[in-house]
Amino acid sequence: MSEVIKVGMADLNVCTVPDAITTLGLGSCVGIVLYDSSAKKAGMVHIMLPDSTKIRNNENAAKFADTGIDALIESLQKVGANRNRLTAKIAGGAQMFAFSNNNDMLRIGDRNVEASKIKLEKLGIRLLAEDTGLNYGRTIVFYPETGELHIKSVGKPLKII
Amino acid sequence: MSNINLDQMDNMQFDVLKEIGNIGAGNATTALSKMINGKVDMSVPEVALLEFKELPEMVGGAENIVVGILVQLDGEINGMMMFIMETESAYHLVNILMGSTVSKFEDFTELELSALQEIGNIISGAYLSSLSTLINIRIDASIPYMSIDMAGAILSVPAIEFGKVGDKALMIETKFSKDDSDVKGYFILIPTLESYGVILKSLGL
Repeated sequence: MSEVIKVGMADLNVCTVPDAITTLGLGSCVGIVLYDSSAKKAGMVHIMLPDSTKIRNNENAAKFADTGIDALIESLQKVGANRNRLTAKIAGGAQMFAFSNNNDMLRIGDRNVEASKIKLEKLGIRLLAEDTGLNYGRTIVFYPETGELHIKSVGKPLKII
Repeated sequence: MSNINLDQMDNMQFDVLKEIGNIGAGNATTALSKMINGKVDMSVPEVALLEFKELPEMVGGAENIVVGILVQLDGEINGMMMFIMETESAYHLVNILMGSTVSKFEDFTELELSALQEIGNIISGAYLSSLSTLINIRIDASIPYMSIDMAGAILSVPAIEFGKVGDKALMIETKFSKDDSDVKGYFILIPTLESYGVILKSLGL
């Protein structure tokens, strides 16, 4: 029996075939999937903020793009994934409210996406696909069997990347 | 010292925030009652300090579709205030106010959506003005922004603000009811950490 493993806000987890891994209702947060297609192992982290060094209270690694990706790689290696084979897919980073003024606090979705990409690039992990930005929430499910990331949104057809 | 650590709040601070929630929601309920020209009952607010993972569960789970109305706070108190309604409650309110017969999200017309936004505006305005009177500090609020989407996605906005200062979110839940049909609403007041200090200090804590 396959299971769907849930990842909460500021949380991470890993999964192996035939299981799948999901996070529900992503808004301005970003869901980052790292995947080793040979070992059929995948991990997901649901980050809320771009940069752990800007925040005093930063014990929870999964809360930030920079430390979250590091922590996810570590967890994946523990279950036997190969660091060098990892590829990435990301989704989320929406702007949920159409604020008229463009202050930094409100552009948090964009900044989360940006920071995730920069971190992946720094680590030499290839970003295969993304579904980011815009103004709506996303539920994402990743299937290590196929490497597909399914994206569900309110009033929109299922998107697969 | 009026500095506050949300993860280690003492009972006194908790009670004060609860009382703020009580007064704010009480005023908001009165405003709502005037608006729909009928009696509206309000429950005693529950104040909960929740982990981010638990936050969407408060409003029916991360994928539950809700109406979120957000205003930004400016001036001596900075942050956000959010009012969340179950979609069923939103239909109900719009139907009472506009004499409509909305029963699903797709039924909303532009006019009804803007009425809904106005309801949010009045409710959050009433909440904030009573808070402002209580602490005797001016609070400037932005125009209301509305989003109808999954609870998890909408709550990510306040959660991220809380995330900057800790690993928990403070939520003040108040339920309204009108006759038999419940109108369920939740308030989330999200002052910045400095503003928490300002609020508590102004109350002599």
